[in-house]
Amino acid sequence: MLAKRIIPCLDVDAGRVVKGVKFVDIRDAGDPVEVARRYNEEGADEITFLDITASSDDRETIVHVVEQVASEVFIPLTVGGGIRKADDIRRMLNAGADKVAINTAAVFNPEFVKEATERFGSQCIVVAIDAKQVSAEGEPMRWEIFTHGGRKPTGLDAIEWAKRMSDYGAGEILLTSMDRDGTKIGFDNKLTRAIVEAVPIPVIASGGVGNLDHLVDGVKLGGADAVLAASIFHFAEYSIGEAKQFMQGQGVEVRL
Amino acid sequence: MTQRITVIDYGMGNLRSVAKAVEHVAGEGDEVLVTDDPALILTSDRVVFPGQGAARDCMAAISDHHLNKAILQAAHSKPFLGICMGQQVLLDFSEENGGTQLLGLYKGHVHHFPGGIAPDGEAMKIPHMGWNRVHQLSDHPLWHQIPQDSRFYFVHSYYVDPERKDLAAATTDYGVSFASAIAENNLFAVQFHPEKSADAGLQLLKNFVNWKV
Repeated sequence: MLAKRIIPCLDVDAGRVVKGVKFVDIRDAGDPVEVARRYNEEGADEITFLDITASSDDRETIVHVVEQVASEVFIPLTVGGGIRKADDIRRMLNAGADKVAINTAAVFNPEFVKEATERFGSQCIVVAIDAKQVSAEGEPMRWEIFTHGGRKPTGLDAIEWAKRMSDYGAGEILLTSMDRDGTKIGFDNKLTRAIVEAVPIPVIASGGVGNLDHLVDGVKLGGADAVLAASIFHFAEYSIGEAKQFMQGQGVEVRL
Repeated sequence: MTQRITVIDYGMGNLRSVAKAVEHVAGEGDEVLVTDDPALILTSDRVVFPGQGAARDCMAAISDHHLNKAILQAAHSKPFLGICMGQQVLLDFSEENGGTQLLGLYKGHVHHFPGGIAPDGEAMKIPHMGWNRVHQLSDHPLWHQIPQDSRFYFVHSYYVDPERKDLAAATTDYGVSFASAIAENNLFAVQFHPEKSADAGLQLLKNFVNWKV
C-alpha cells in the first residue's frame, strides 16, 4: 500500500528561504538548494516550494532555484505561489518541477484549473485551498475559502470548492487551515476529514503542526494522504527521519 | 569506457528530470543525449524510453516523430529502459481513451485500476500516486543493491497485464497485484519513476548504466 507522505515546505522570497531555517551543519541556511538537499537526505517524500516573492522583477529567481534543486534532488518537487497562467506552469515544469500548486488564480478564474489539467495532466496540478472556519460554536461546521493570507473572505464554501476543483481535474488538494497556520497546536483535523470525505483525490494537510503527534493525528483523525510542515523541520526540532520513525511507531505506514 | 545513453524525446512529458538523474549516475565521460532522432537512438549504447500522459497522445507522438521502428529495434538490440508510459506502450492494447493500440512488443492489455477500499479500510485513490513497495521476483542485475520491497514513486491510473507472466520482474499491490517492472533479455521497463525515487531510483538507474547484457 501507499505510504503516507511527509512533505517539508520552504517559503522562498527572491530566491532565499525565509522564516529561517536552523540546521547547524548547513553552510547557508537561506539557500533553498542546500535546505532541499538536507531534507532529501533526511528522507522527505516530496518538497514543496512556496514562492512568496512580491516583486515581479525577482519572480524569475524561483525558476533557477527549481532548476538547481531538480539537478541534484531526485524526489517529487512542487512549486506554488504566483502560478497564474499556463505559461507559469510550463516554465516550472520545464525547470524540473513535477507539480505546481494553484491557489488564488483558481479562486479568481476556476476555469484556469480545468485548462491546466487538460493541458498538462491532472498529476501535476495541485489546488491549494486556504480555509477558515466560519461557523459559530454549536452550528454545523462550515469553512470558507480565504485569499490574501487568510484576510479576504470569498464566500466560497470549502467543501463545495474542493469538489469543484476535483471535478475540474485537480490531481491533489493542498489544504491549509488558516485558523491553525503558524499556531503549532495541530491541524484542523475536522476540516481535513470533511474535505477527504468529499473528494476522491489525495489531500495534503497543512497548517498548525507543532509536534510529531500532530502529524499522526493529521493522518489518523484527518485522514490525510500526506502531511506538510515547515517550522518543526526548519528549526531542526525534529528531523524528517525522526518524524517518520515516530509515525511508524504509531501505526502509520511511511517510507523509511 | 565512455558510452552514449540516449533519452528518447517525443514531446510527452518533461524529460529533464530523467536526463538529470541519468547524468547524476553516469560515468565520467558518458554522454547523456535527449533526442527524437531515430539514427542517434540506434547508434547509442543504451536507450531510456520515458513517457507521460494519455496512451493515445503518446502513440500519436511516437508516430509523429517516426519513432515506432527505432523504439522497437532498440528494445530488441541494446540495454533499454522503459519508464511509466514507456513501459505501458510496449504492450499491444490499452483500455485508455476508449481503447488504444500500442506498440505491441508484448501481448497483453493495459488496464485501469479498480479503485475501491483496501483490506485495511483505506480508499484506493486513482491515480495511484506516491511511494509504494516494489517486490522483486528475480535477482535481475537492475535490482543490484536495492533492498527487497523498497518503495518507489508512482503516478499512474493504468497498469500493465502482460500475457506472459514470466515477463514480470517485480510486482506492486494496489487493489490488484500488477507487474511494476517487466524484463526480458536486454529490456527492462518499470511503471514507477526511478528519476523521482530518491536513493532506490538512482541505484536502479546506476545499475542500468552499468548493465552488461
